[in-house]
Amino acid sequence: MAFRIIVLAKQVPDTRNVKEDAMKSDGTVNRAALPAIFNPEDLNALEQALRIKDGLTDAEVIILTMGPPRAADIIRESMYRDADRGYLITDKRFAGADTLATSYVISKAVEKIGNYDLIISGRQAIDGDTAQVGPQTAEKLNIPQITYAEEILSVEKGKITVKRRLERGVEVVESTLPALVTVHGSAAPCRPKNAKLLMKYKHAKTPTELQTINDDYTNQSIRNKPYLNIEELSLDDLSCEECKIGLAGSPTKVKKIENVILQAKDAKVLKDSEVEIKNFMTELITNHTLG
Amino acid sequence: MTNFYRDNSDLQFHLNNPLMKRIVALKERNFKIDEKEYYGKDKIDPNEYKPSNFEDAIDSYDSVLEIVGDIAGDVIAPNAESVDLEGARLENNRVHYAEGTVRNLNALKQARLTGVTQPRKYGGLNFPTTVYSMMIEMVSRGDASLMNLFGLQDIGETVREFGDDDIKAKYIPQFASGEATGAMILTEPDAGSDLQAVQLKAHFEESTGLWRLNGVKRFITNGNAELSLVLARTEEGTKDGRGLSMLLYERDDTVQIRRIENKMGIHGSPTCEMVFKNSPAVLIGKRKFGLIKYVMSLMNGARLGVSGQAIGICEAAYRESLKYAQERAQFGKIINQFPPVFEILTDMKVKTAALRTLYYETSRFVDVYKTLEEIEHERSLTPEEKNELRQFKRRADFYTPLIKGLSSEAANRITYDAIQIHGGTGFTKDFPVERLYRDARITSIYEGTTQLQVIAAIKGVTSGLFSEMMEEYASIKISYDLEFMLKELKSMKKEYLSAIKYVESFKDQEYLDFHARRLVEMAGNIIMGHLLLLDADRDQKFRLISEVFIKKAKAENTDRMLVIKEIEPDFLNNYKELTKL
Repeated sequence: MAFRIIVLAKQVPDTRNVKEDAMKSDGTVNRAALPAIFNPEDLNALEQALRIKDGLTDAEVIILTMGPPRAADIIRESMYRDADRGYLITDKRFAGADTLATSYVISKAVEKIGNYDLIISGRQAIDGDTAQVGPQTAEKLNIPQITYAEEILSVEKGKITVKRRLERGVEVVESTLPALVTVHGSAAPCRPKNAKLLMKYKHAKTPTELQTINDDYTNQSIRNKPYLNIEELSLDDLSCEECKIGLAGSPTKVKKIENVILQAKDAKVLKDSEVEIKNFMTELITNHTLG
Repeated sequence: MTNFYRDNSDLQFHLNNPLMKRIVALKERNFKIDEKEYYGKDKIDPNEYKPSNFEDAIDSYDSVLEIVGDIAGDVIAPNAESVDLEGARLENNRVHYAEGTVRNLNALKQARLTGVTQPRKYGGLNFPTTVYSMMIEMVSRGDASLMNLFGLQDIGETVREFGDDDIKAKYIPQFASGEATGAMILTEPDAGSDLQAVQLKAHFEESTGLWRLNGVKRFITNGNAELSLVLARTEEGTKDGRGLSMLLYERDDTVQIRRIENKMGIHGSPTCEMVFKNSPAVLIGKRKFGLIKYVMSLMNGARLGVSGQAIGICEAAYRESLKYAQERAQFGKIINQFPPVFEILTDMKVKTAALRTLYYETSRFVDVYKTLEEIEHERSLTPEEKNELRQFKRRADFYTPLIKGLSSEAANRITYDAIQIHGGTGFTKDFPVERLYRDARITSIYEGTTQLQVIAAIKGVTSGLFSEMMEEYASIKISYDLEFMLKELKSMKKEYLSAIKYVESFKDQEYLDFHARRLVEMAGNIIMGHLLLLDADRDQKFRLISEVFIKKAKAENTDRMLVIKEIEPDFLNNYKELTKL
């Protein structure tokens, strides 16, 4: 059976383009005012999954995301990079979820997909920066977790070996499978979209999106091709306890927001070379510290 | 996070040119291609990514150009400085690219941009040349030296045009998948501009059925490629171009890379000197057609590529200059408020737009005739199609040397001006403009110097093709409020035709050659003026650009006219006298 990797990814507001209307008066994010992007560290996670797939004769990468209907973009973008298929968890009843309620729903969706060998996600999302969803999902599924991964070194004989990026160095750890790995932004950047896959999957749609296509011919020709159909999961598809989802299942409440000025920083020693400085600048820009 | 496609709306504007409808219909054979045969290496079925109609095709081009824009802006451009510093190097008879070049090539390969114009059955994308031209422009804007590797897809094109079916099925998928890079191995120490003098020998070996190559080649871009096209003398005892044939050589250990050149610019591109010792090769196409047919085809593609490289450099230089001039203050003012500075900046922008419109017009001409030629291999063409092929080929053959000459000279000028805008800092390595200046320099030399482009382009002027085309442009209905510019262009054309008549009246070839460059530049100004005017009719944003361009072009043409009138045939003797031995 194919080695099944589930990648957890999130569509996030592009916090690099923050303007005055980015936050609503109640302190929550005004998502409508910000362009939606693929959470950067989730792209690092996807790349790790795709590398495992490249190295195995029979492996499958499934992308799992939760959000409003437009989060289907995340699934298409992953398919353009060689993910095999994806599921979008979308239901108004899931709205307002904090990390606890989110990881609960995700764990239920993972169980529904089933037969997984590995779950990979980004360390954290740039909108919440909690880094909790990955670890909580692992706890709920009762599987081992490895956080802050920089590189998945090997996957064989039911074991995974991972290099972790820590504050003062690196650490190589091993775990049994299935396991959940969260990937750090210092991991390899994700590959570009593949032109052929983009042309193949650009018409892929969720059932909700299909409803908006009035042209019968287009609609039918998409339905006829299984690879163009993105699955949606709603509350009715998952066996969730209603008290554990959405706002009701979320004990976290935002009380107050204030500006924090960072004082301590990680130290990184660079060699005195143009190339190294240039690379570091590129890294700062891509990981959203600058720019 | 910069996207070189989305941040330059000119590209999308040119993608939506009315002629694209015809090009896409030809390229997709009216959407009736059944992808039964498949030689490609990807597991992606060509039927799953072919477009179903015109809009679908344009949408695909647009989305794929966005991928290239991402790679150019986020991968290639940030690597450009380190590529320039590190350069390509030679170790143990193998060329090694700079680390940044390796990363760039890998990204382009992962995105499957290695067989852009090749048919899907060989694993390509089956995109028009026009779209590929846009990619070349963006790649070059990121790092001009990468174009020399990315632009080598023409070699696979030439194999497809002239190779037999077995050769095509064997080699094109290797190019398209990116596992093989190419080189065109033409020039020698004593055969640069004059390729008829090529000496590298090829003899046929009965026992193996292979050709064997012996001799030296010089100034070979990417000489260490896996698959190369070599121009060689197959006909013993011949001395001119009719004794030359084109052969395909697969990399092995028989070739020694003697050295790579230490160049002024495009450091990421390895330029090799190579010694062939009994190296095996197979013939492409027919014997003796190497130079007269195949190299011309290869060269025309390469000239278009260099034009894109030059325009990409212009775009990069303009943006760097504008940014600097908007930030730098002197005498209590931002410097772009000073007339000498804003004149330069405006000229850069206007010139780049003018060259770009000619570049894509040329690309479209190439698309129409090359695709019809391809179709001719599949079925016989109708009389109308034959006529269309002939007409567009003539046009492409005129515009290709024209854009190559004009854009490469302009890139030199614009990068020179970019340093001027930066002042002293522009002369340091703290800003990218000095690299752009060095990279631009080669564009007016390789794939035929400007002087050779002029010789090729002047035929288009003296044959009457120029007049025919200007009449066609002038006959296209444009908005009433733009007509004053059309009037200017018509008067420029009149003045220009009288200049041609004047030069021709002496019936003196040397005199014509002497003024040929001036004449070609004048023609270029009128052509670009017409094209910008048509652009302005489709999009308001080109209105001011065409107004500024035409005004300046008119003055420039009058200026050149004066030089022509002043320097008559007899006066050429003074020129000879002053520089003789």
